[in-house]
Amino acid sequence: MYSFDIERPTSVADAVAALGSEDAQALGGGQTLIPTLKQRLASPSALVSLTGISDMQGTTSEGGALRIGGATTHAAVMAGASSYPALAALAANIGDPAVRNRGTIGGSLANNDPSACYPAAALASGATIITNAREIAADDYFQGMFDTALEEGEIITGVTLPVPEVANYQKFVQPASRFALVGVFVAKYADGVRVAVTGASNEGVHRWAEAEAALSSNFSADAIADLTVSADNLIGDLHGSPEYRAHLVKVMTGRAVKAAF
Amino acid sequence: MTTISMTVNGKTISENVEGNTLLSSFLREDLRMTGTHIGCDTSQCGACVVHVNGEAVKSCTMFVIEADGAEIGTIEGQANNDGSLNVVQQAFQDHHGLQCGFCTPGMVMSATALLKDNPKPSEQEIREYLEGNICRCTGYHNIVKSIMAASGQDVSKIAAE
Repeated sequence: MYSFDIERPTSVADAVAALGSEDAQALGGGQTLIPTLKQRLASPSALVSLTGISDMQGTTSEGGALRIGGATTHAAVMAGASSYPALAALAANIGDPAVRNRGTIGGSLANNDPSACYPAAALASGATIITNAREIAADDYFQGMFDTALEEGEIITGVTLPVPEVANYQKFVQPASRFALVGVFVAKYADGVRVAVTGASNEGVHRWAEAEAALSSNFSADAIADLTVSADNLIGDLHGSPEYRAHLVKVMTGRAVKAAF
Repeated sequence: MTTISMTVNGKTISENVEGNTLLSSFLREDLRMTGTHIGCDTSQCGACVVHVNGEAVKSCTMFVIEADGAEIGTIEGQANNDGSLNVVQQAFQDHHGLQCGFCTPGMVMSATALLKDNPKPSEQEIREYLEGNICRCTGYHNIVKSIMAASGQDVSKIAAE
């Protein structure tokens, strides 16, 4: 490992101050960032660990919503999201048990990997991303592959997800990486259905507007039977062509609707 | 250099470390506890699994300063006080749950973490829990059998070795 400075502050204010130094990088659970550093795909001169900030950990129910601290691990979301079972199930299927004991929801949302699971849940839930500086609606937050509305040095302190009537996440697992080859999160609210797709697009996580409209008037897998998904700008790699992913988007959406609880 | 303190297998230690030291490197190179193996160094294989405050963690993907104040458990601390193998280790021996043995420390540590939360796992639950532990001898079958046996369950219905 190359040489860098690392700090482990215990408050958000101290973390923000530490991130003010040039080229400093926030470190969540490290399950993506540490392998990235080992490969020298990133080489910040300073890391600011967020795992020592107790204010950023844990889950709480707030009215009809679930608030999750940015440094909450996937394992803690599994255990703490009983009010939002589809989200708990999503967390239970990320990576493997040891990864879930370290990786955090804030880290996943900040990284916005185009195949990560949490971005689909946040977008389909119309979540609010809470940072040290402001609140950002999920619709404004995700801005493309590995790109978000976060400014330099801005920290995700938490995320608030309105709890839907029913929801489900279907993940077609890429077996080597355990990321989603395609994942679809369907969430039904009183005012309509939201559908978010991960793993499929070169633009990263995105909503499927036609499916949302169809499912909002008829919440059944039949409602999307006549829809087609364009392969334009979908990811093509050795694991699957754009056409294959387009097919999977529709199949996974149908399965999510059938399995929604 | 930063000074960190932790307990490792019940023993309190305090050491000066460089900030970029991984927990796996600290255990192997500073404490000379080489039972924790580094297989892939990319958090895929699970040979480096240790317990941090009782939870399974890939020690190659955690900086040691993040374990400051934690209780660490490694394979060296698993045997009974008299030096005999503990129930999980003994089951691995009895059911030939290892071939070359390289992945075994991680397998034992993952299995122990599983059994803490789920004392009577099904075969399927064991296989799912071991998703992040790779055995390149592909000896999974007897590893699953060993863990079933360690949890006191009948393994006679699992196919012969």
